[in-house]
Amino acid sequence: MERSWQRWLIRFGVFIVMAIICVPGLWIVMTAFRDNVEVMARPPVWIPERWTLDNFRAILGLSENQQGIPVVRYFLNSVVISVTSTVLAVLIGMMGGYAFARYRFKGKNVAFLWLMLSRTVPGISLSLPVFMIWSRVGLIDTDFGVILVYLALNIPFTIWLIDGFFRQIPLSLSEAAQVDGCTRWQAFWKIEFPLAKSGIASAGIFAFLTSWNEFALASQLTRTTASKTLPVGLMDFTAQFTVDWTGMCAMAVIIIVPALILTFIVQKHLIAGLTFGGVKG
Amino acid sequence: MAEVRLEKLVKSYGKVGVVHGIDLTIAHNEFVVLVGPSGCGKSTTLRMIAGLEEISGGTISIGDRVVNDLAPRERNISMVFQNYALYPHMTVKENLGFSLKIAKQDTATIEKRVAEAAEILGLTPLLERTPGELSGGQRQRVAMGRAIVRHPDVFLFDEPLSNLDAKLRGQMRVEIKKLHQKVKTTIVYVTHDQVEAMTLADRIVIMKDGHIEQVGTPAEVFEKPKNTFVASFIGSPPMNLLDATVATEAGRKIAKLNDGVTLALPAAAAEKVTDGQTVTIGFRAEAFSPVGYGLYGDNEVATIERTIILPEPLGTETLLYTELGGKEVQGKMLNPRFVKPGEQLTFNLDLSRLHVFDKASGMSVLV
Ligand SMILES: Nc1ncnc2c1ncn2[C@@H]1O[C@H](COP(=O)(O)OP(=O)(O)OP(=O)(O)O)[C@@H](O)[C@H]1O
Ligand SMILES: [Mg+2]
Repeated sequence: MERSWQRWLIRFGVFIVMAIICVPGLWIVMTAFRDNVEVMARPPVWIPERWTLDNFRAILGLSENQQGIPVVRYFLNSVVISVTSTVLAVLIGMMGGYAFARYRFKGKNVAFLWLMLSRTVPGISLSLPVFMIWSRVGLIDTDFGVILVYLALNIPFTIWLIDGFFRQIPLSLSEAAQVDGCTRWQAFWKIEFPLAKSGIASAGIFAFLTSWNEFALASQLTRTTASKTLPVGLMDFTAQFTVDWTGMCAMAVIIIVPALILTFIVQKHLIAGLTFGGVKG
Repeated sequence: MAEVRLEKLVKSYGKVGVVHGIDLTIAHNEFVVLVGPSGCGKSTTLRMIAGLEEISGGTISIGDRVVNDLAPRERNISMVFQNYALYPHMTVKENLGFSLKIAKQDTATIEKRVAEAAEILGLTPLLERTPGELSGGQRQRVAMGRAIVRHPDVFLFDEPLSNLDAKLRGQMRVEIKKLHQKVKTTIVYVTHDQVEAMTLADRIVIMKDGHIEQVGTPAEVFEKPKNTFVASFIGSPPMNLLDATVATEAGRKIAKLNDGVTLALPAAAAEKVTDGQTVTIGFRAEAFSPVGYGLYGDNEVATIERTIILPEPLGTETLLYTELGGKEVQGKMLNPRFVKPGEQLTFNLDLSRLHVFDKASGMSVLV
């Protein structure tokens, strides 16, 4: 039996860790809704005295005294880039993962190893070469250029994750389906895909969050509203001598909320512990 | 009519041969069991019949079609897998009806056939459960149900009982036998358990290292094993096998065991051996019993005095471990009395039930 003081100690530890993780986030959210004067106040004001939406109005260009920032444009760019790169990464991840899990082919282990090794290279270290190539072929400041880079970033990961999920599904299930009258294709969609769904959903959410939050590469490859994403757009708030903290935080909230909502929608799948009861052992 | 014919069937993985040219014809509605030690190629053969494994040579026909190049779904077979392979995300009902749904049968037909199969296998109360909520025996029955709803030409079973405990295995064995009586279909059944093979099969196919060693009814392979491998594989306890040399004594062929004991050979075998030939003499435990505790009829017996090493009481009979020809052998005592280790007993060895194999080839001289 755990002693009660031990339990409290553990809870206290968890509390500290969670506080360290959550307080900055909370601070951002509160700052997004506070008056500009409160930001620099000393001693700091924790809870805003007056909750206001002025910061959001300001960045959306709805108030007179401040010039807006093309948030909507950035948002759309972010959506297009993240969604496209996620959908493609998941599709390719499914095909690659299935191939690695199910087929024997020459050079399979080497191919897999290289895919994984590509993950060990920090993306930012490739930014200069990518920048040079992209500027030659005219991909700088295009959605497509960013999507391509994010695909390279995400695909090894989606393949690896989805491969693991397909591996868990016994081969005999697909064989049973084929004996039951399915083509290999039908066996995949009716049996293996539904069973790997939670894995594919997790791969999707990870790929989406990577693309949605990525800053370093996007800041190199995007220039204008044609392709600038939300995280890059945050830099619009820093002028030479000042930083518009409330505006920046308001925009940060705009970035966080869709990611949070999506994660909540998908989390059911992430947790859904599939019971492989159909197969013994 | 669904006769299954294997002709010169070969399977190799790269250079490694696994099945070496098997010829076998399985009659319509026949229950054939493939049996043999682990790794002998039983599952591979079965999977080739199912179409789950490409064949490297020879032909497989089902009915009057050569199915070599047909996909599993085009062969009208169904298969029960060792791990059952039930679809975990579907209810029992959906599992049973899956193949019919794929075949685009209408809902009424599916309902009817599923209900039929569920009735036969006693699954009716479980239809709404998922496989995860079933016991091992129930999963096993769902797997069989899924196989029978389709009314296939051929049933294939790959060690369907090996994941069950001994008692359940016994019960399911009986159910499979009953199922075959109810749903007359050709069955190919793979197991490494010779008891299962003996009890279920119309005909047993004994395999070793990718070759067929013998094909025959359970009685045939038990009573007339073609070689020492079959003799020691079929039957429990395994047949006693002792080396001996043939000689002639008083005008009769005899076999002289390593410890000097001589056994007169039965007439049929005597014709087939020559003096000086080294042979392997085989006899089953039930042919070697203490005087008064066995069944011999009027058969000629050799009477041998032995010391018991270990008695193994099994209830209605007791296995007696003793020593003969320099090896440990087993005898059997019917309607047993209590026996102590070290006790001296007089045994009768039924000479008409001796098996004689050529030592060099391992083949029975009688076949
Ligand atoms: N994919 C493969 N590649 C190479 N060899 C294989 C492959 N699959 C099976 N084998 C070999 O083929 C032989 C026969 O295998 P098989 O599964 O048919 O044996 P089995 O008789 O069913 O044995 P068990 O009773 O253990 O199931 C084995 O020696 C095995 O190692
Ligand atoms: Mg096997």
